[in-house]
Amino acid sequence: MGKERVAVVGIGQTKHEATRGDVSVAGLLREAAGRALADAEMTWSEIDAVVIGKAPDFFEGVMMPELFLADALGCTGKPMFRVHTAGSVGGSTAIVASQLISAGIHEKVLTVAFEKQSESEAMWALSLPIPFTPPLHAGAGGYFAPHVRSYIRRAKAPDHIGMLVALKDRQNGLKNPYAHLHEHDITFDSIKDSMMLWDPIRYAETCPSSDGACALVLGSEKVADEAAAQGRQPAWIQGTAMRSEPTLSAERDTVLPLGGALCAADVYKQAGITNPRKDVDAVEMYVPFSWFEPMWLENLGFAEPGEGWKMTEDGVTALDGDLPVNMSGGVLCTNPIGASGMLRFGEAAMQVRGTAGDHQVDSVRKAVGHAYGGGSQFFAMWVVGKDKP
Amino acid sequence: MPEIQLPASLADVEPVRSVRTPAQLDYTFTAGDATTRFLKGITQKKIIGQQANPDSRVYVPARGADPELGAATPIEVEVAQVGTVTSFCVVNLQFYGSGMEIPYTSALIMLDGADLSIMHLIQEIPADQVRIGMRVEAVWRDDADIEPTLESIKWFRPTGEPDDVNVRIPGEIRGTGLGSWVGGVAPTELTVRNPRTGEGGTAEFGGEG
Repeated sequence: MGKERVAVVGIGQTKHEATRGDVSVAGLLREAAGRALADAEMTWSEIDAVVIGKAPDFFEGVMMPELFLADALGCTGKPMFRVHTAGSVGGSTAIVASQLISAGIHEKVLTVAFEKQSESEAMWALSLPIPFTPPLHAGAGGYFAPHVRSYIRRAKAPDHIGMLVALKDRQNGLKNPYAHLHEHDITFDSIKDSMMLWDPIRYAETCPSSDGACALVLGSEKVADEAAAQGRQPAWIQGTAMRSEPTLSAERDTVLPLGGALCAADVYKQAGITNPRKDVDAVEMYVPFSWFEPMWLENLGFAEPGEGWKMTEDGVTALDGDLPVNMSGGVLCTNPIGASGMLRFGEAAMQVRGTAGDHQVDSVRKAVGHAYGGGSQFFAMWVVGKDKP
Repeated sequence: MPEIQLPASLADVEPVRSVRTPAQLDYTFTAGDATTRFLKGITQKKIIGQQANPDSRVYVPARGADPELGAATPIEVEVAQVGTVTSFCVVNLQFYGSGMEIPYTSALIMLDGADLSIMHLIQEIPADQVRIGMRVEAVWRDDADIEPTLESIKWFRPTGEPDDVNVRIPGEIRGTGLGSWVGGVAPTELTVRNPRTGEGGTAEFGGEG
């Protein structure tokens, strides 16, 4: 973190759907960015710089889409940055945007992240044959399923935990009008009976493929103070951290990656969090497959080794629990890959600002946003709070 | 979208609602030194690991560097063609571009003498009987069909030996993991060896690092 204070003063997202056939990528971004600007009571011309993120270009097959999107984002002639850290990119993008303000370079920065999965084939793009190697890769689910199995064995977790997470997140998603999936009829049994796609991961425990975008307007202390004076609570950024680690290292824990824990420890230290379980009021974490909730609860310091699943089972992570997790319905309800990390960061900010609507948790003073990507090798987190850091 | 007012000059232009850009990439893949050495071994029906120094981790297949040490891996070590399943997944999903018949079991296999698991197919056993710790062996193609590719091993099958319940699963330390918070305390950078300074590592936990 730099010297200057930074806050989130505007948040916008699109309605997320399997196919947004009504807008192009540029239109999708404008929908999210326009809403974030309206929320911040700003115009396009007031923005100093734009930071944009998305997952691999190969998804939509457009190389460096930021070039043609500059016009749509109103940043012709302004500084523009592209960030790319695989699935964690939405989080990293927001952090890079915040650094432009904390470093004292800009006052008002717009940051946007997106994916239009209906114009892409992510499952294929993530399973490209590697020369001289058996063609066994079966997308992200095929990659992560063995790691989920390792967690279940290591933590001695009962089988139903993943299904409980899926049920909770899908029910939370019903309260979020922007969520892609609104499964009104979902039950524990319907999840249990859904097809085993990548054993031990069921269809109903898997994120959807979504079209969508998220945008945040970040402001300097002066900008945020003005918003507060007009009755719009800023979400003050109290800490930001990113970590990465090599995928193919003999000394690497793919279940609870060291990089994820170091990222959490760093961001908590900045935010003055000494006991994450007590000091954090709500968490929005990147859970594309249900079992990642208990895994990240342990990796982010909310539970002792092997105990994360007990928090899920005891309802601690429910919307009305002691530590609500994925109030928005999370990635399990909405997955425009490049935007998914920023949606987590944005939801944490909404909770702090008190603008989360039907999925608002009472009196959130500190919230955590978390994203991961690649083969569990990129991590991005921030802590936002009601109070100035 | 209602928020956008198009200028009059664009009033009659058909709106762009979707852009589809099929991508094709034809390329010549050069295996590079480490993979070439590995694949030459495969043509002899040998599985050759590589390491940076005689005491460091044995990488199979090697990418040319040991990421822990930040060092090249010039030393070649033949590893066994039997190993232990460290985890696995049963794939039931057919998708565009996949040539595999479903269901299939892809497993992470730690070959005896290697320090990193390779991903390969498990056959000759029903999918619901595959388990972590199961001992498996390589099944090669017919000699005439051996080529410089890991696909020259058709699959792995059970050896029938007792399971290795103590298999070293990468990253696991004493039943927890490198990224665990024990007693509410976060791990530190020193949990793994710093390739630049040589400090840190898991030796104190009984690991080889």
